[in-house]
Amino acid sequence: MLKKFEIQDQIRDGFTANLPVAASVAAYGSVLGVLAIQKNVSWIELLLMNISIFAGSSQFVMVDMWQSKLPVIEITLAVLAINFRYLLIGASLRPIFRGTSLGHKFRMMHLVADENWAMTLAASRKGNVSSGYLFGGGLCILSAWCIGTISGHRLGAFVQNPEAFALDFAFIAVFTALTISLWRGKTDILPWITAVILAIISEKMLPGKWYIIVGGIGGALIPIFSKKKEK
Amino acid sequence: MPALITIAAAAIITYILRIGGLLLSDKLPRTGNVKTFMDTLPGTILISLVAPGIIAAGFWGLIAAFFTGLCAYKTGNVFMSMLIGIGIIILQRNFL
Repeated sequence: MLKKFEIQDQIRDGFTANLPVAASVAAYGSVLGVLAIQKNVSWIELLLMNISIFAGSSQFVMVDMWQSKLPVIEITLAVLAINFRYLLIGASLRPIFRGTSLGHKFRMMHLVADENWAMTLAASRKGNVSSGYLFGGGLCILSAWCIGTISGHRLGAFVQNPEAFALDFAFIAVFTALTISLWRGKTDILPWITAVILAIISEKMLPGKWYIIVGGIGGALIPIFSKKKEK
Repeated sequence: MPALITIAAAAIITYILRIGGLLLSDKLPRTGNVKTFMDTLPGTILISLVAPGIIAAGFWGLIAAFFTGLCAYKTGNVFMSMLIGIGIIILQRNFL
């Protein structure tokens, strides 16, 4: 019984921790809702995307490519390219899922977005965090995303110019703060500088979200090479 | 119907990437170079995700990100750090 309560606590903590960033998620969702009307995507289709795909930037691209004769293959490939980073994100969650069953992993992994993933890893550096925390955060982001997109579709965007309220910068600010909480000390200097340089260059040269993969892998390879040099 | 197929295909692809990453990492060794790589990965993914956005936000983006990061480093409070960054950008966009 005790274990069950612990899981509920973790889900609640994860949900609460994601509330601040969820406000931005909802505001951006409302922008997608408005875009969806222009592309003749019904609110039911939009809700179905939210629940079954649950990946913001790929949904923006999907809705943008939406037309009367749907290019199914092209859309699927675009989604694959944009969401490819989830392969790395999933891999980085290994410590959080240590010792859990396969079924548990299958149930928990659907609700993984950039926001609750980063929040969970940052929290795990401070103390013991389970996959319940990740899942609770996912529920929070999913709720905000559905509220935002559907009300945008039904009622119009929350705010006419999100830039004036720095809602675009809210994501940058929260991810910056979370990045700092992942800082392990001097060993991170070289990998992080490498990641920044690779990400900035590849963001200019490659489409979609490939820069996250290039920077993430490139930076994480650095300590392996520098260790070899020491020997 | 084509709408449903399109959404289903996107959903399946995305879920396979999420669960696939975790299951593949389970197959990797937990020692040596792989461990070093896996331990470094969260930080490098996250900083790669955010760095181009900071640059795109220009000079004030850098300033705001600096104070956000400084606050996060000193206090460990993500929410307060986020408010500082947003506050700087709101002030700059509306009053400067």
